[in-house]
Amino acid sequence: MNWLTNFVRPKIQQLVRPKEVPENLWKKCPACGQMIFHRELEKNLEVCTHCDHHMRLPVKKRLEALFDDGEYKRIELPKAPEDPLKFRDLKRYNDRIKDARHKTGEQDAIIVAHGSVGGVRAVIAAFDFSFMGGSMGVAVGEGIVAAAELAVLQDAPLIVIPASGGARMQEGILSLMQMARTTVAVDKVKDAGLPYIVLLTDPTTGGVTASFAMLGDIHVSEPGAVIGFAGARVIESTIRETLPEGFQRAEYLREHGMVDTVVHRHHLKDKLANILNLLINRGPAGQVVPFERKGVFGAGETTTAETKPAGKPEPTPAARPAPAAPAAKAQPTKAPDEEVAETAAPADEDARPIDAAPAEAPKKEPAETGEPSEPKKG
Amino acid sequence: MNFLDFEKPIAELEGKIADLRHLSDDDGINIADEVARLQAKVEKQLKATYAKLTPWQKTQVARHPDRPHCLDYVRQLIEDFEPLAGDRTFAEDHAIVGGVGRFRGRSVMVIGQEKGHDTETRVKHNFGMAMPDGYRKARRLMRMADRFRLPVVTLVDTAGAYPGVAAEERGQAEAIARAIETCLDIRVPLVSCIIGEGGSGGAIALASANSVLMLEHSIYSVISPEGCAGILWRSGDQAQAAAEALKLTAQDLHRLKVIDEIVPEPLGGAHRSRKAAIESVGDALERHLSKLIPTEGGVLRARRRDKFIEMGRNGLE
Ligand SMILES: [Zn+2]
Repeated sequence: MNWLTNFVRPKIQQLVRPKEVPENLWKKCPACGQMIFHRELEKNLEVCTHCDHHMRLPVKKRLEALFDDGEYKRIELPKAPEDPLKFRDLKRYNDRIKDARHKTGEQDAIIVAHGSVGGVRAVIAAFDFSFMGGSMGVAVGEGIVAAAELAVLQDAPLIVIPASGGARMQEGILSLMQMARTTVAVDKVKDAGLPYIVLLTDPTTGGVTASFAMLGDIHVSEPGAVIGFAGARVIESTIRETLPEGFQRAEYLREHGMVDTVVHRHHLKDKLANILNLLINRGPAGQVVPFERKGVFGAGETTTAETKPAGKPEPTPAARPAPAAPAAKAQPTKAPDEEVAETAAPADEDARPIDAAPAEAPKKEPAETGEPSEPKKG
Repeated sequence: MNFLDFEKPIAELEGKIADLRHLSDDDGINIADEVARLQAKVEKQLKATYAKLTPWQKTQVARHPDRPHCLDYVRQLIEDFEPLAGDRTFAEDHAIVGGVGRFRGRSVMVIGQEKGHDTETRVKHNFGMAMPDGYRKARRLMRMADRFRLPVVTLVDTAGAYPGVAAEERGQAEAIARAIETCLDIRVPLVSCIIGEGGSGGAIALASANSVLMLEHSIYSVISPEGCAGILWRSGDQAQAAAEALKLTAQDLHRLKVIDEIVPEPLGGAHRSRKAAIESVGDALERHLSKLIPTEGGVLRARRRDKFIEMGRNGLE
């Protein structure tokens, strides 16, 4: 504890009504050990102001930070069967679910929303790690399927943001089946010619990594995120291998060819906006080369293009309008089922610098957090 | 012959029979009646034991060292087999074997995990735990099958994909994800049979199939009972309880509509009558292939995808 916690904290608590005050006004950075005032941390999108360590960002804050003006609409997800195996370990799965719902106010570990990112209409499916460690059961699979279908319906790119310990063991084989299920789902987006982007956050492991999370057209990751198939502890204990430095971290995955880019949280929005714009707003198509048919195989003389003067290509209908004007912001046309409107406050300007300096991973390696997440494996 | 704990009474009876036979060899005494009586008892015991195996006992049967493994099936069921090797990227992974061959008159692509049957072969095949290279090889073979319109048969038997530094380094997760994706993309019939252990992502990587069959005493699970017990019960000793809770038996999975058919095993399990077990898997595979082969490729692919997109929507009745 530093002096601030001892002396400043009680005073601040007196100023605000207790109910509005979070438990801890000061949060200790797990990487550098420095104390950070909670408001400052929140404003900084849960990135340590001292060492740039990325802590977990609550899922709704994440969506606010990524969608234009922090505005997005959630879609209601189809109900999944509850506790299909009647699973019970030391606790009943039903009770675990109830607890998680009570704690998070959410039905399960995934939120699906749509809005625009950098002027491009996009669908985002984001995991909520605070809901049973973001583990993937049937309901989460349902979320990915719904997100993919919505993306295809809206002709919009899909961004999935996993934060998950893997498959939800309490749903047994049905959770394993979600690997195949989500794979089909994201492939539908790819089949439709739409970008499928994965934004890997800490942690992405087990069955989630070994399915849709590694199938993106582009993989973007936050610095220091743990990404892997087998858990580090499993590898250490069963195989008795010493783990290399930075093992299964985002930077390690980039070095091993599994991640395209590691981006500081402050620059993620700009990065995604740029990627989507490049993939969606491709600009005018190249000039169509006139096809001249002559000789024995041809029907006769020169055909085509005589009406069009060379050097003046017309944009084909395939080229979508350029993003430019914010007025042209695409409005979502249809969404399955009812929509739960949810408008978020605009994100803090300080937290989202406009200059898109290419963000690199901070040099400092975040310390092992070693959190005991509930679910695991895949 | 290796005996499992719960097979002890059977082992004792069979010991007695062996002794009697030995005796009769020596002294020429006719003890046929006695042997027959004991043998009937063995059968009765086997029937009783195997009719009500617990999920944990099934786990042990599924892992039985004498249980027929992938290459045993290939040897007995596939003629003119041409083993194929390598992922064309990094390595040949012996944990996943595969190749083209003739199955009951038809050219097919066979792919499966091989656990090995003695120390030397177990090490060679890495106990059936594949590296990313193995899954990439599987993918390569599936693609090739697609090109030549060969039906694909996969035989699943693995504790799981190999958890190690090199595996992670080369993208174990990506390799599995791509294998699943390929299973779901090819336009030829894909039939899988879980012949022993269907361990997690390493298993579904080969088993996202049109028809998924399971041998009667095999298991298929998101995590091993031991692993699950270690996490949820915080004690590996609770593997038995975890095995019950996970619903990993062929019977449970059939009820959950995750698999299409249970292939009966001979009395006392596949390890007691290996040839018969392999033959009954062969019959079931042939039946499913014959049904799928006349179907157009695009339809096969679409049906496979539809089936998996529905997974979990209809839970236990
Ligand atoms: Zn820090």
